Amino acid sequence: MPPLDIVLAAIVNGVLTGGVYALVALGLTLIYGVLHIVNFAHGSLLMLAMFGCWLFSAQLGIDPYVALPGMTLIAFAAGWSLYAGIIGRVSRGDDRGILLATLGLAVVLDNLALVLFTGDTRTIDTPYSFDVVEFGPMLIPVPKLVSFAVALVLAALLWAFMTRTDHGRAIRAVAREPDGARLVGIDPPRIFALSYGIGIACLGAAACLLLPSFYVSPQVGNTFVLVAFTVVVLGGMGSFPGAVVGGLLVGVTESLGGLFLGESLGPIGIPLVFVAVLLLRPSGLFKAAR
Amino acid sequence: MSKRLGLFLVIAIALVPFAIPSQFLVNLVMLTAFAALLGQSWNIAGGFGGMTSFGHATFFGLGAYAAAILQTRFACNPWLALPIAMALGAAAGAILGGAAFRAGLRGSYFALVTLAVSEALRILANSLDITKGGLGILIPLNPGWRNFQFLDRRAMYGVVVVLLAASVAIAAWLRRSRFGARLIAVRENEDAAAALGIDVVRTKVTALALSGAIAAPAGVVYAQSYLYIDPSIAFGVERSVEMLLVAMVGGAGTVWGPVLGAIVLNTIDDTARTFIATPGFAPMLYGVLLLGIVAWLPHGVAGLLPDKSNGGTRA
Repeated sequence: MPPLDIVLAAIVNGVLTGGVYALVALGLTLIYGVLHIVNFAHGSLLMLAMFGCWLFSAQLGIDPYVALPGMTLIAFAAGWSLYAGIIGRVSRGDDRGILLATLGLAVVLDNLALVLFTGDTRTIDTPYSFDVVEFGPMLIPVPKLVSFAVALVLAALLWAFMTRTDHGRAIRAVAREPDGARLVGIDPPRIFALSYGIGIACLGAAACLLLPSFYVSPQVGNTFVLVAFTVVVLGGMGSFPGAVVGGLLVGVTESLGGLFLGESLGPIGIPLVFVAVLLLRPSGLFKAAR
Repeated sequence: MSKRLGLFLVIAIALVPFAIPSQFLVNLVMLTAFAALLGQSWNIAGGFGGMTSFGHATFFGLGAYAAAILQTRFACNPWLALPIAMALGAAAGAILGGAAFRAGLRGSYFALVTLAVSEALRILANSLDITKGGLGILIPLNPGWRNFQFLDRRAMYGVVVVLLAASVAIAAWLRRSRFGARLIAVRENEDAAAALGIDVVRTKVTALALSGAIAAPAGVVYAQSYLYIDPSIAFGVERSVEMLLVAMVGGAGTVWGPVLGAIVLNTIDDTARTFIATPGFAPMLYGVLLLGIVAWLPHGVAGLLPDKSNGGTRA
C-alpha cells in the first residue's frame, strides 16, 4: 500500500483529468439523449480536433488556450456539416445502421489522420507545460488545473444554454417528444444538426484543454472512445449531471488503477468498470434527467 | 447461375493454387480465405444472430495465444492447439454471451461490451508474464508437418480452406436447420420469438459460442503462419473491425457473404496499395465502403446477385 499522500495526490490528479473527460462525455451524452445516436466516432473526432489544435500550435504558433474559442466554433461547424452531410443521410433510423455508420466514420477519420499526419506521436511545447503549483504536500500541474477549471465552466455554460435559452429548450423538447416539438413549430432535423454540432464543439474545446499535457496520434481516438462511453454509461446515458460525476469517477479510476496496478495493467480499470456497470447497473448511477 | 455450378466454381477457384505453383497467388488466395473465415465467424453471430460485435478479436486472440503459450510453455504439440482453441473460443463465447444476454444487453450496448472485453484482454496480454507482455511471443522456427509449420505455404492454405469450408457448411446449416430458424426469429423480434416459446438467451449464447469456436482456430493458424503474436495483433480493434467489414460488405446473414466480402476487400486493398502506398489509405477506403454499404446496400454485395437462393436470412 503506497503512502496516503501519494494516494491522495493520485485522486486529485484523477479528478483534474476527469474534468476534461466530463466535457468529452457531455458531448456524447447530448448526442445520445437527443438523437439516440451512439456516436462511436466520438473518440476519432476528438483525435482530429487534437490534431487541429496541434496544427494551430506547432505550425502557426497559436497557444492552445487562445485557439480554444476558435477550435470550439470550428468543431461546431464540422459537427453540424457532418450530421447534415453524412450521418443524417446514411443512417436510416435503425440502431444498428447508425452504430455501423459512426463506426465507418471512425475508420475513415482514424486512417485519414494516419494519411495526413503519419502514425507519429505529437506533443506541443508551451511555456507552462511543466509548471506546477504547490497545494499542501502536492504538486499540481498547471495545465491540468486550467483544463479542469475551464471544462467545468464550459459544462456550466452548456447547462445554462440547455435550461435558459430557447434553442436549449427546443433541444430538450425534441429529445423528449419529437412529434410534439414539430407541432409547436420546432424543426427536428435542424435541432438534430444543432445538437450534433454542440456535441462535437465540446470536443473542440476538450482538445485544446488536453493538448498541453497530453499527446496526440491517430490511435488516440481508440483510447478516448472507451473512456467516453464508460463515463456516459456510468453516469446514465443522456444524463448531464451523470456525465460530470462519471467523468470525475473515471478520471480517479484511471489514476488509482495506474498507481495500484502499474502502468501496463492500470488501464484495465476503465473497460472493467464499463463492463461491470452494463452488467450490474445498466441504467447508470443517475437515470437520464432532462 | 445454378447453385451447383456456383459451388463448383468456388471449389475450382479455391483449388487453383494447388495446380499453379506461384507464391504470389498462394498468398493472395490464402489472405482472402483467412479473411473469409474470420468474416464467417462474425457473420454467424452478427449476421444470422443480429448480435453486432465490435470485439470479435477476443476469440481470434484467445486462439492465437493458446497456440503460442501451449507450445512455448507446455511443449504441447501445436496440432492439439486447434481443438483446444475451438473449445476455448466456444467457452469464451458462452461466458460472454451468458453474461451479456442475461443482463439484457443488446444492440449498441452489446457492441460496446464486446469492444471493452477485447480491450481488457489486450491490456491483460500486455502486462501478464505468461503472454510475455508487450514483447509478444515468438514461436521457435521448426518446420515440419508434425509441428504445424510448413515451408510450402500451400499446406497452411489447405488448412485454412478446410476450416473455411466447415464454417460455410455451418452457415448453410443455419439456413436450413431448426436452430437457424430460431436464431433468425430471435434476430428479427426477440419478444415475438420468446412468445413462440424460444429460449432467447440460450439461442443467442449458442450462436456466439459457435462463432467463437470458428474464430479461435483461425488464431491458431495465424500463430503458426507468422510464428509471432502480440497483444495488438491478437486483440486489436483493427482485427474486430475487419471481421465485421468482411461480413457486412459481403452480405450479413448470407451463407457466401463473407467469402464475397473477403474477395472484394482484398481486391480493393491490393489495388489501392499498388497506386497509393501511404499507410492508412486503403483502410480509409474500407470505412468509406462501410458507410456506403450502410446507406445503400444493407444486404451487402450478395444483395446485388440475382440468385435469391443465397439471401434467405438477410440481416
